[in-house]
Amino acid sequence: MNFDLILGILQIVLIATTPLVFAGIGELVTEKSGVLNLGVEGMMLVGAVSAFIILVITGSYFLAFFVSIISGIIMSGLFAFLVLFLMSNQIATGLALTIFGIGLSSMLGKQYIGTPIDGLSPWFFVIFSFLIVFLVSYFFYKTKAGLILRAVGESHNSAHALGYSVIKIRFLSILFGGSMCALAGSYISICYAPMWQEGMTAGRGWIALALVVFATWKPERVLIGAYIFGGVTILQMNLQALGLRFPGQFFSMAPYIATIIVLVLISSNKLRIKLSAPASLTIPFYKGR
Amino acid sequence: MIRIITFLSTFLVFSFGSAYADPKKVGFIYIGPPGDHGWTYMHDVGRKYMESQLGDSITTTYLENIPENADAVRAIRKLADSGHDLIFTTSFNYMDQTHEVAKDFPDIKFEHATGYIQADNVATYSARFYEGRMIEGHIAGHMTETNTIGYIASFPIPEVVRGINAFYLAAAKVNPDIKMKIIWVFTWYDPGKEADAANTLINQGADIIVQHTDTYAPCQAAQKAGVYAFGQASNQEEFCPDAHLTSIEDIWGPYYAARAKAVVDGTWSSGDTWDGMDKGMVVMSPYNNKLMPASLIQEAVNMEVGIKDGTIHPFTGPIYNQAGELVVPEGEVAPDGMLLGMNFYVQGIDGEVPQ
Repeated sequence: MNFDLILGILQIVLIATTPLVFAGIGELVTEKSGVLNLGVEGMMLVGAVSAFIILVITGSYFLAFFVSIISGIIMSGLFAFLVLFLMSNQIATGLALTIFGIGLSSMLGKQYIGTPIDGLSPWFFVIFSFLIVFLVSYFFYKTKAGLILRAVGESHNSAHALGYSVIKIRFLSILFGGSMCALAGSYISICYAPMWQEGMTAGRGWIALALVVFATWKPERVLIGAYIFGGVTILQMNLQALGLRFPGQFFSMAPYIATIIVLVLISSNKLRIKLSAPASLTIPFYKGR
Repeated sequence: MIRIITFLSTFLVFSFGSAYADPKKVGFIYIGPPGDHGWTYMHDVGRKYMESQLGDSITTTYLENIPENADAVRAIRKLADSGHDLIFTTSFNYMDQTHEVAKDFPDIKFEHATGYIQADNVATYSARFYEGRMIEGHIAGHMTETNTIGYIASFPIPEVVRGINAFYLAAAKVNPDIKMKIIWVFTWYDPGKEADAANTLINQGADIIVQHTDTYAPCQAAQKAGVYAFGQASNQEEFCPDAHLTSIEDIWGPYYAARAKAVVDGTWSSGDTWDGMDKGMVVMSPYNNKLMPASLIQEAVNMEVGIKDGTIHPFTGPIYNQAGELVVPEGEVAPDGMLLGMNFYVQGIDGEVPQ
């Protein structure tokens, strides 16, 4: 193997993994505040289509990403309103958000399918994805606000008793998650595979959800996990192209198997799951109880 | 009250409609969205052609993004339950699901694309895409400089394996040094993954990208990297003008129109249709004259003529398998039965077909 080949593989891995990092870190922050949002795939798709449409209309990359993030905030805001104020079930609402997002993005994008655009270089976003993981990690473990957010996720009643606004903190966390998912989506439709196609995220939202569990709710492990998931996929492609015997199917399901293994491991030890999973995850907060 | 009015008006419209003529309902099951500019897109073009040809005597419906699992049974059954007379299921892995539903609805006609099992009310149809693969292989053999072809394959089914073999046989004929690098992505539709595969192949030295997946992401990746590519299912030149050599286009319209007409006339019967270039079911997109020398374009056109009149067959012996056994003797062509069940690489291709 020569140096150029390895450098090339590394580039492909970086480009392919970045959307997983964005979506994963967004969902991680949401879950850390005690809310499980299964709408990742839907928010990614709406983010992808809105960025694409704005780019076609205005020709401005900045506006495309800006509007995309706004769309993620609107989508997740809808979710937040339902689960935080109307106390709807988080799992069902999240699934509904994904189904809604798939349909909405298809409808919005109908006339933009097959419109050619000039893709944007992915490198700014690749670097930004590392930065955002570092920032989230710093926020969680080095700032008071991060500590409060984690406290809300662990025990909302205690946080409430201490005078923190559980609803407000969760609301902001959900919005952050939504904007990151939309960013992941717009990266896919503008940089990674510059086009709009219905359902083009092709399950990456679900991988991002699995990733958060795989990472046991730690930011830097989201990064590592994403690169394991992404790296394995690209590596098996390289081995196939080199003509080696290889069970490609196995590697397609590897991320999910890894997640199941992690789930089994952390659930086998009650202490360890207490240390990692936010204790109030999916539990609705009723003020004044 | 409003409900009653709606009901009555619907009833009236329907009864008048049927008094005038009873339009046959034709349903389609699509694996992807009609906007993929690939496989499903071309089926949808065929559906619209059918509508334009048959006018008021039919109405059409389609269900898109139907996965190839138990969901497909539900989708097909939904069409059958809602009074469709003719149902096209347009992907190979809808086979069992189509037959499962067809058993329960003996009066409804089913058409399963690329399948090989028929029943009294289930016909199968496909196109001889491998004829186009042969022309692509011939072009690739001339155009490659690194002697390395990158091939993005979807699932290890005979249709895909046949395409790889037809391509390689033609390419190796003009360029014996040619090497095939094949990546199986195990999806028909994932723009990101298709782009990853294309970039991986280019990174490993391929200067021509061939795809058997449904979006134009590989062609775009080739354009970006400055190598050549063949599009898939529809003409994809507008998405990658500096990479696109040609595409194999699937032309379903005339077949769909004929089959729907047969249902309208009451002459439909089951059977197996496997047409190629001679019937216009497989068409090559315009060859890119900015990238290809005129002499090569002429050779490709001549091949088309030969395939149409039967003097050229992509699987003409001698053909050996990877173990070196003669599978098609000199001077003969592979029988359709062998082509339909093809699950081996021919001699010269490295690696093996995933099981």
